[in-house]
Amino acid sequence: MDDHPVIYTKDLTKKYGGFTAVDSLNLEVKAGEVFGLLGPNGAGKTTTILMLLGLTEPSSGSVRVLGLDPARQPLSVKSRVGYLPDQVGFYDELTASENLTYIARLNGIPGDQIPRRVDESLERVGLLHVASKRVSAFSHGMRQRLGLADVLIKQPQLIIMDEPTSGLDPEASHDFLNTIRSLKEEGITILLSSHLLHQVQAICDRVGLFNQGKMVLQGTVEQLAMRVLGGAYRIQLDAAGERSQILQALEKVPGVSSVNATDSRAYEIEAAQDVRAEAAEAVITAGGKLLKLGIQAQSLDDIYSAYFKEVEHEHRRAKAIS
Amino acid sequence: MSTAALKPSAKISAQGETAHRSREGSPWTGMWAVILKEMADHLSSTRIFILNTLILLAAVGTVFAATQQISQTVSQDEFLYLRLLTTARQPLPAFVALLAFFIPLISIALTFDAVNGEFSRRTMSRILAQPIYRDALLMGKFLASLFTLALVCTAIWLLIFGLGILRLGVAPGTEEVGRALLFLLATIFYGGIWLALAMVFSVLFRQTATAALASIAVWLFFTVFWGMISGFLAQTLSPVQIGLPQEILAQASMEQTLSRLSPNTLYAESMVALLQPQVRSLGILLPTQLDGAILGSPLPLAQSILLIWPQMTGLIAGSILLFALAYVLFQRQEIRA
Repeated sequence: MDDHPVIYTKDLTKKYGGFTAVDSLNLEVKAGEVFGLLGPNGAGKTTTILMLLGLTEPSSGSVRVLGLDPARQPLSVKSRVGYLPDQVGFYDELTASENLTYIARLNGIPGDQIPRRVDESLERVGLLHVASKRVSAFSHGMRQRLGLADVLIKQPQLIIMDEPTSGLDPEASHDFLNTIRSLKEEGITILLSSHLLHQVQAICDRVGLFNQGKMVLQGTVEQLAMRVLGGAYRIQLDAAGERSQILQALEKVPGVSSVNATDSRAYEIEAAQDVRAEAAEAVITAGGKLLKLGIQAQSLDDIYSAYFKEVEHEHRRAKAIS
Repeated sequence: MSTAALKPSAKISAQGETAHRSREGSPWTGMWAVILKEMADHLSSTRIFILNTLILLAAVGTVFAATQQISQTVSQDEFLYLRLLTTARQPLPAFVALLAFFIPLISIALTFDAVNGEFSRRTMSRILAQPIYRDALLMGKFLASLFTLALVCTAIWLLIFGLGILRLGVAPGTEEVGRALLFLLATIFYGGIWLALAMVFSVLFRQTATAALASIAVWLFFTVFWGMISGFLAQTLSPVQIGLPQEILAQASMEQTLSRLSPNTLYAESMVALLQPQVRSLGILLPTQLDGAILGSPLPLAQSILLIWPQMTGLIAGSILLFALAYVLFQRQEIRA
C-alpha cells in the first residue's frame, strides 16, 4: 500500500456534450499527503472529485483510488473514502446523531457499534453537546463540522473535501484547518479543493493548479514559485543615508537581479537567493543606516495571480497573431 | 511523473479491468437502512399526518352512516361487511368513493419529493458517496412509501371491520373477509401506480413543487377528462354510420378499452367486482351470454377474482413500468448540483 499512490489518474477526461470539463488529467497523491486542488470556479475540480468517487463516469482515461477502480468497485472505494461536498446538506428535521446514524447504517456498521461511533465522531468535531438537537438549528460552521463527523464515522483512509472552508468565519475556518492537520497526523490522506489560497498554502503538502479542465501546475508551493515567479526572492529594506551610494552597493551584491528605490528610504531587491545578510553588510559599508530588513514569503496568491496574468497575456498574444 | 511510479498502478489497472467487468456487490446493499429511515420520515411527517387524519375521518364517518343505513333495512344480506364499504347515506358518499379519491393524493404526497427533495436539501451527493448503489436508494424510497401506504390502508381496513363488529353485532364471513382483503390489495397497488408516477416526476423535475403539480395534473386528467376523451375518441375511431347493432357494440367496446387505460377505471372495476359479488361481467353483456343465469345471485370468490384478473395485473404492471421508468431516468442523472 505504502508506495502505491492513493489517488492515481491517467489521461482522465470528462466531456459533457461538446464541453470538456476535465482534460487528460494526470494526478498522483501519495499516502499521508495533503493535496490541494486550486483553480477558478468551473475549472473542473468538482468533476474530478466526482470521478474519483465513481459518482460520474469518466469519458476516457483511468482512475485508481486506493488501487481500486471507482467505476467498477464503487462500494469498496466509497466505504474507504470520505467525501465532504461543498455546502453539505443534512436532514433538517432529524437530530445530529440521527443524521449520523443513518450514514452509519448505510455504511453497514454493525448496529451495536453505531451509538459509540456516532458519539466518537461528534466528540471529535466538538458537537457532542448538540447531538440531540435538530440540524435545522445549526449554523453554517456547525453543519460543516457535522459534515466532517459524517465523513469520520466510516473511518476513511482518504478524505476528499470540496471547498471545506468557504463561507466559514475566520475562527471557524482556523479550527477546521487544525482538525485537518490532526487528521493528517493520523495518517489519513486528504484531497481538498479550495480557492482560499492562504489556507491551502498553510496545510497542503502539494498543490495542483487547475485551469479550464487542465492541471497546469503541480508541486509544492516552493516548486510552483520557482516555476511561475522565476524563483525570485523579494527583499525589502529601509535604510537612511546617501541614496545613490546605497543603490550602487546593493546592486553589486552577488545574486541580486534588480534594486528599486520605492520611497526615500525604502528599497526593494529581487534576487535569486536569500541575500539579506549580504545586503545588510553592503548598506553599512556604503555608510548607510539599516532601519529595517525583511523578506517577502512566496505566497500562493502571488503564484496564482502571476500565473493567470501570464495565461491572459499569452491568450491575448495568440489572438493578436491570429 | 516518472515511469517507475506509474508501474505498480498500471499493473493494478490491468487486473482491475479483467477481474471486474461487472459491478461488485449487491445492488441492494443498504436498502433496508433507506427503507427504515424513509418510513420513519413518512410516519412522522406533518403532510402525511394531515392526509391520514382526513382519510380516517372519512372512514369513520361514512362507515358509521352506512351502519345506520344497514340497520334500518330488514332484508337478509349475505355480505353485510361489504355493504359497509359501499353503502352511501345522503349526504355522505360511500367509503369506497372517498377512498378512490384519497389514495392518489396520499400516494403523490408520499413520493413527489423523493429524489428532487434530496437534491434541494443537498443531501444527494453525501448519500451517494456512501457505499450503496443508486438502485438501493430509489428502491428503498419506493418500498418505504408503498409500505407506509399499506400500513395506513391496513389500519383503516381493520378499523372498519372493528367498527362493523361493534355496530352490527355480526361476525364477518370467510368469503367477505377474503373479498375485503383482495380489495385492500387492489387499493395498495392502485396507490402503487400513483407512487411510481410521482416518483418519475420527482426524478424529472428539480423543483419539488413542479413535480407535485405535474402529478396532480395527471391525476386530474384521468379523474375528470379521460372519461370524456375516451368517449370522444371512440366516436371518431369507430363511428356509428348506419346504426347497425355491430357498430354500436364496436363503439361501446372501443370506449371501454380506451377508458381502461386509466388506472382509475381499473381500480373502479376491481372494486365493483370484488365488493358486489352479484356483478358477473365488467364489459358489455349480451342477452345470449346471460342464458341460464340466475340474475342477482352472487358469484363465488374465485369467479370474481377471475373477472378482475386483468385489472389487477394491469395495476401491478402499471406500477412496475412507471417505477422502471423512474429507475432508468435516475440511473442516468448527473448528480452535480
